[in-house]
Amino acid sequence: METMLERKPGAPQPAKTAEASLWYGAWRALKKNKLAVIGACIILVFILCALLAPLLKPEGFDAENLSARLKPPSGAHWFGTDDFGRDIFTRILYGARISLWVGFSSVTGAIIVGTVLGILAGFYGRWIDMIISRLFDIMLAFPSILLAIAIVAVLGPSLQNALIAIATVNIPNFGRLVRSKVLSIKEEEYILAARAIGMKDSRILLRHILPNSLAPIIVQGTLSIATAILDAAALGFLGLGAQPPHPEWGRMLSDSRQYITDAPWTVIFPGLAIALTVLGFNLLGDGVRDALDPKMKK
Amino acid sequence: MRFGKNIFYYRSYNVAIYVGLAAKGGGLLSEPILAVKGLKTTFYTDDGQVPAVDGVDFSVRAGEILGIVGESGCGKSVTSLSIMRLVSAPGKIVDGRIVFNGEDITHASEKRMRQIRGDEMAMIFQEPMTSLNPVLTIGQQLVEAIRIHRKTSKREAEAQAAEWLKLVGLPRPKDLLKSYPHQLSGGMRQRVMIAMAMVCGPKVLIADEPTTALDVTIQKQILNLMKKLNRETGTAIILITHDLGVVAEMCDRVIVMYAGKVVEEGPVKAIFKNPAHPYTKGLLASVPDLRNRKKRLYSIPGNVPKPGEITNGCPFHPRCEWAMDRCRGSLPEWAALGAGHRARCFLHDMKDGIAPGKGESHGGTAVNR
Repeated sequence: METMLERKPGAPQPAKTAEASLWYGAWRALKKNKLAVIGACIILVFILCALLAPLLKPEGFDAENLSARLKPPSGAHWFGTDDFGRDIFTRILYGARISLWVGFSSVTGAIIVGTVLGILAGFYGRWIDMIISRLFDIMLAFPSILLAIAIVAVLGPSLQNALIAIATVNIPNFGRLVRSKVLSIKEEEYILAARAIGMKDSRILLRHILPNSLAPIIVQGTLSIATAILDAAALGFLGLGAQPPHPEWGRMLSDSRQYITDAPWTVIFPGLAIALTVLGFNLLGDGVRDALDPKMKK
Repeated sequence: MRFGKNIFYYRSYNVAIYVGLAAKGGGLLSEPILAVKGLKTTFYTDDGQVPAVDGVDFSVRAGEILGIVGESGCGKSVTSLSIMRLVSAPGKIVDGRIVFNGEDITHASEKRMRQIRGDEMAMIFQEPMTSLNPVLTIGQQLVEAIRIHRKTSKREAEAQAAEWLKLVGLPRPKDLLKSYPHQLSGGMRQRVMIAMAMVCGPKVLIADEPTTALDVTIQKQILNLMKKLNRETGTAIILITHDLGVVAEMCDRVIVMYAGKVVEEGPVKAIFKNPAHPYTKGLLASVPDLRNRKKRLYSIPGNVPKPGEITNGCPFHPRCEWAMDRCRGSLPEWAALGAGHRARCFLHDMKDGIAPGKGESHGGTAVNR
């Protein structure tokens, strides 16, 4: 097919060109992956919950009704009520806003900082690489949740500080990933070819190295959102994240744990919400990885 | 017309080359466009210094095709990268001069080099499969190559890119601009690489084994294309190869490299008819001869030494069947053999030249294309 093109001018092109980019191929592969679609649907449902919460439950997450404390699930309260008589379903809807926000923004922050550091380390090497890599090594020497707790302990417990802590502990993961990717792309012949046409280092970085390292960043990013949400819940459970009365799922778990035998719905539903979102992001993340890098498929 | 300007540009080169040819025909010695003098490029590795290029001299005249031949690892590629000043750490140009178009670029600033690279001096590589960025379209990469050096609008650059794709013999240039490298065959990609190197009308094009990775039917097409572009645009070509057939077909002059040094230099006819250095003789003898199938294929005994391995005398002496005591002692000076043909070999110091019987047994006759 291709050799024909060499010889016969005007022979038909092998494929429609606009459909051939890496991203288009990945998108098609992703759509075929059932588990990834399920994951995406779960995430979509939670995103809708987060967006529509004020419309669905205009009374807000903090409407107490002390006469209806610890009621089991019913038509009025789908997921039951907690010890202040607050509707758990409502709180979970609003909680989705917190968890998704923490997940997305902390990972975005980690990606930006990690990518910049990783590119600097990988492209310029020498002492810059030495300093940055050792910094990553030190950060990775701590269990991530312990490091996050330490950061929050220093900054003071609040949702925003929990977010900063989670972003910080994720930086070395992205930094190392980008660094190793840059190191291998740097040696590619098209980088030499780009230099041979007189291209500047900064342009080579932005136009050639960065786009080529995007795929693993996206994969790692999707999977990291899951752990970020989990970390946020853990910090919330320990009282280091969102402060009451904010309906953070981890916080809801810890606040209700004394009622676990009498009113199990108070812990089951927040726990289920955490598990489902994490599952959704993990399924989607695995799907994205398979779609972007078919070689990694088991 | 949209392409009018570009075509004019292209035509003007034709005129230039006719003038150039006239000068050549008239016996005038045209000034070299590129002169390399005593170039030394050393790699500082953990295992010590490796002098990959060790005192290389040569020059390229405007519009000529110069071949650089030698076995793998003799410093051909490092020479070309040194000329472009693209040798990166741990490699370093430690000595010598590179004079391009009258300007000494040996220590030119990186900024000046970026102006020269791609504009006045361009390069194509061995592996067309990996020398295009997989995530950008052909069009994006060509337009980029133009717009680094020329202040043209994106649209104008695209038109020029399409024009160049046509010039390198690719069909449907407009569609091709939108395709990604993986949709093209090796031969097509190499054509794209050539187009990319030629868009700014360089004075010198360095082609580092441009056909080695291609299959034979495509090789011929690519070589013809390069020759055509050389004739029509007047771009001098430095053709680095280990394929003597390619050299015989393409080049005006040849330099033969061995272990980081130039061992013989001369017009292509002289080299093929009267190879003067034992290494060149060996190279020529090891090309299979279709008309003489009975003989076993000749090969030069031994292996290419690592650069810097042989420190005394002529680098070829351990593999040379004519090696004498003085070959081990000191590096031979250039022996002039007339008409720009010269070789670094002590055999030409002796009155009777190369030992006659032995020399004829496997020299010269092998390649005759």
